Amino acid sequence: MKGSRTRSILPGFGLSMGITVFYLCIIVLIPLSCVLLKTAELSWGEFWSTVTAPRVMASYRISLLTSLAAAVINVVFGFIVAWVLVRYSFPGRKFLDSLVDLPFALPTAVAGIALTAIYAPNGWVGKWLEPLGIKVAFTPLGITIALIFIGLPFIVRTVQPVLEDLDAEVEEAAVMLGAGRWRTILRIVLPELTPALLTGFALAFARGIGEYGSVVFISGNMPMRTEITPLLIMTKLESFELEQATAIALVLLVISFAMLLLINYIQWRAGRRALSR
Amino acid sequence: MAGTVTSRLSAKAVVRAKPVSEPRAVKWLLIGIAFVFLALIVLLPLLTVFIEGMKRGWDVYISALTDPDAVSALKLTLLVAVIAVPLNAVFGVAAAWLVTKFSFRGKNLLVTLIDLPFSVSPVIAGFIFLLLFGAQGYLGPWLDEHNLQIVFATPGIVLATMFVTFPFVARELIPLMQAQGTQEEEAAATLGAKGLRIFWNVTLPNIKWALLYGIVLCNARAMGEFGAVSVVSGHIRGETNTLPLHVEILYNEYQFSASFAVASLLMMLALVTLGAKSLVEWKTAQRNKETLEG
Repeated sequence: MKGSRTRSILPGFGLSMGITVFYLCIIVLIPLSCVLLKTAELSWGEFWSTVTAPRVMASYRISLLTSLAAAVINVVFGFIVAWVLVRYSFPGRKFLDSLVDLPFALPTAVAGIALTAIYAPNGWVGKWLEPLGIKVAFTPLGITIALIFIGLPFIVRTVQPVLEDLDAEVEEAAVMLGAGRWRTILRIVLPELTPALLTGFALAFARGIGEYGSVVFISGNMPMRTEITPLLIMTKLESFELEQATAIALVLLVISFAMLLLINYIQWRAGRRALSR
Repeated sequence: MAGTVTSRLSAKAVVRAKPVSEPRAVKWLLIGIAFVFLALIVLLPLLTVFIEGMKRGWDVYISALTDPDAVSALKLTLLVAVIAVPLNAVFGVAAAWLVTKFSFRGKNLLVTLIDLPFSVSPVIAGFIFLLLFGAQGYLGPWLDEHNLQIVFATPGIVLATMFVTFPFVARELIPLMQAQGTQEEEAAATLGAKGLRIFWNVTLPNIKWALLYGIVLCNARAMGEFGAVSVVSGHIRGETNTLPLHVEILYNEYQFSASFAVASLLMMLALVTLGAKSLVEWKTAQRNKETLEG
């Protein structure tokens, strides 16, 4: 292949390529590369001792565990919500469908203060949980709830279209061959949905690790206990420890990019499976 | 990659034959679970914002919104959106045109790079502009020499916002334009139409509703961005405070009612965005119906 593209009679290739690449470089690539450049100023030893300091390690653990817990809960409930929205008709379905989008459109800071007001010890829900010995706000549980809020649309909106496109005939065939409803869902429907569920999971997880606005209010920000990694970067910035902040930011970026690659890989495999039929 | 909520129309639920549906009890149990879950996680925060905002009465609510700091925060938020959103819209249209109308090497890489800001923490999104333009940043000394200020001022806020909302318009347009293919544009080109004319008369009518929703969503995120803006703003009251930052300041000063009052403004922005989505879905459904009937 000699040319880098197949000929098209449509105009605007050069112009749209120019705008896209220029804009991408100015806004995204050049600024992002600064993190790498700045980290390169540190020696390996300095870098390593920064990103493995006890307080930093604790923040990774909290960020990863709460994001993981939130993503798992979202996969379960997000699947139920998507299922209900696609398969059943009932009063309030359109309303339920709109609610799913709210976390996506709502500023994260607003979500943060609202969730804190609800789950604080004197809040609407918090005051009922307090006598039971369940503390939500200012604990990892609170962080998890904020991340469930943030991640919900990602799961529902990736599973929903796949569920809609699923042919009823396949399920009917399973029934004809003697499978019960439960078995049909487990053996026929779920395998079809697995790539979408995994993609949604990875998206929610990736978003959760980087999330800041909705978490800072409800987490209480205690070092070693409820301090998430993005907040730690913020703290380092505020105390002018620029090098340390950069090193931690690089670790967070690497985790995010790994998730992005994973998502692309899942979709690529799912696409190949669909093609091979 | 489904990084965004696409404006795809959720098809009407079909009534299914008994063997391929669940028993009534299971059905209503699942619907119940979905309702309770969404009520606890999404609906309750929505109501809380309005109820807490109104708690101290209408007067406190109004005075929180007419406070000079709140008004200047609103002005800055609008200014940032007015600059960032159109630029991102132009980029989104160009990127979607490039990705869906041509095939070229490295396209997958380009699409991945466009999605990149989705997976970058907002704190890092602000931080990178600090590294580039801050006092200790790479361009800091040069900017200082020429008396230019980018971070801790409006340009920095605009840049950070642009980074965060970068993929939204492109993400709404790419799936739609991919599904529509290139035949109509190619027919127009064969008949002798030139570039802009093809876009205005053929492409734009097909994508206008998705474009509108992309812009509305991009706008909602631009006005609501918190983490990235927080890093580059410097939190100077009345000068570099946006509405979400103003919410934070009031909250940290224990002025909860005022904080929720300002937050309710942002909540309304979110509700308008959801309304726009419903409108787009309705219009798309109508269009599909017309195509089927016509």
